Amino acid sequence: MAKYMLLIHGDEREWESMTPEQWKAHGDAHAAFRAAAGSRVIGGEQLALAETATTVRADPAGGLITTDGPFLETKEAVGGYYLVEAKDLDEVLALVAKLPEVRASHSGVEIRPVVEHG
Amino acid sequence: MTDAVLAAVAQAHRREWARVLATTAQLTRDLDLAEECTQDAFAQALQTWAETGIPDRPGAWLTTVAGNRARDALRRESVFRRAMPLLVTEDALPEPDFDDERLRLVFTCCHPALAREAQVALTLRLVCGLSTPEVARAFLVQEATMAARITRAKKKIATARIPYRVPAPDQLGERVGAVLDVVHLIFTTGHTAPIGAQLIRRDLVDSAVGLGRMLHLLMPADAEITALLALMLLIDARSATRVSDTGRMLLLSEQNRSAWDRGLIVEGVGLLTDALRRRPPTRYAVEAAIAAVHAEAPTWEATDWSEIVSLYDVLRGLWPGSPVVELNRGVAIGLRDGPQAGLDALDPLLASPPLATYGYLSAARADFLRQLKRWAEAADAYGEALALTDNEAERAFLAGRLTEVRAQLSP
Repeated sequence: MAKYMLLIHGDEREWESMTPEQWKAHGDAHAAFRAAAGSRVIGGEQLALAETATTVRADPAGGLITTDGPFLETKEAVGGYYLVEAKDLDEVLALVAKLPEVRASHSGVEIRPVVEHG
Repeated sequence: MTDAVLAAVAQAHRREWARVLATTAQLTRDLDLAEECTQDAFAQALQTWAETGIPDRPGAWLTTVAGNRARDALRRESVFRRAMPLLVTEDALPEPDFDDERLRLVFTCCHPALAREAQVALTLRLVCGLSTPEVARAFLVQEATMAARITRAKKKIATARIPYRVPAPDQLGERVGAVLDVVHLIFTTGHTAPIGAQLIRRDLVDSAVGLGRMLHLLMPADAEITALLALMLLIDARSATRVSDTGRMLLLSEQNRSAWDRGLIVEGVGLLTDALRRRPPTRYAVEAAIAAVHAEAPTWEATDWSEIVSLYDVLRGLWPGSPVVELNRGVAIGLRDGPQAGLDALDPLLASPPLATYGYLSAARADFLRQLKRWAEAADAYGEALALTDNEAERAFLAGRLTEVRAQLSP
């Protein structure tokens, strides 16, 4: 078994403009995903808008610099994630196909293998 | 070393490479090591077969030698290798019908999580057994670039755990499609090399046809595979007549039809018939049907252009928006109804961005303009076509036509 991070990318303005009915359908689809994935889902959350993000980096003087906003200013942001466990990439692909974000035109899901230490 | 040994090793390389590598990969669970051991086994064959004779079953001999190398390597490197990600395999196959190691290798190399260029490179290297320099030459990239591309793809297979197996039945159709697109791309690249001195790259055409034959043998009930194999055979049947003795490219209308390979045509038509019986026509089946109409026409003039146009109409429905299909359909209309009708069918395509710089559109328009004796416009169109191709055989053909047309301009 191996772990994979599923990063849900999308256009935040599209998510913000969704109606309550659309959010309801969206939530149902995620519930169906979790039900299908069962214990293979280790964790997963929806994230607040990228405009609420805070980024910390080194400054040239050797101290820390804290800035308002995400690490990368892009039109698409990470809107949520799942950490899942699966035996191979095909199993993950079959699960990801159930997520509503892979059906919408503005969003998609990036699958990143997790590095196993030890 | 005798010629007989060299020939036996070369033949085994063509026939057995994929099976030896695929079986060894199942053992090593590491494509790099499997590749190395397979290569060593063929090198060993050159030496041993010269000393002790050619074995009765060269494939089994090579598999055993490669397997022994792999086991030695695994024992030596066990501590280091424990830290490396291994291929994900399973002992039981989902479909006993597909119980062939080579299929696992093909599906792994053509996995949709790999970029198309990586799929093609891996397939040629691991399944067809072309060396990395050969693959690099085929796609006109630096050897180091190609080596890096293959290494990166193998690393992704291991790290992302792209499984080493035949896909589950619910994924099989889509995955077969990806494999066939790779095989078709290898074939078309070989059939008209994009640049260079040779019109046809025989090694690529043979690799693609070999892959098609292998897939058809292993999955005979798959109509898509059957149709693609039919398409490749029907087109390849004409390959000996596509270039003149002096290296000039010959059009379908100029080719010596008696020199077409009748065996391949009969086989291709038989496969196509079988594919069409199994399911409604798909893209490759319709393309094969078009090739079959050409293959069975006694002369260029006697070609059933109405049938060709209606097949292009079907193809248009299956593959909407393909500029190449629109172009070929326009040419067929011209051949059915005369050069003016052809020109009328092609002219709207000039506004299509992907075709505006497509040399074959200029060449097709030039030919109709030439037939209509509109010499000045024909000369311009030949000039455009000439500027848009880097294949030397095609350039020689277009330059010849341009000279003819210019001679009419200034008598």
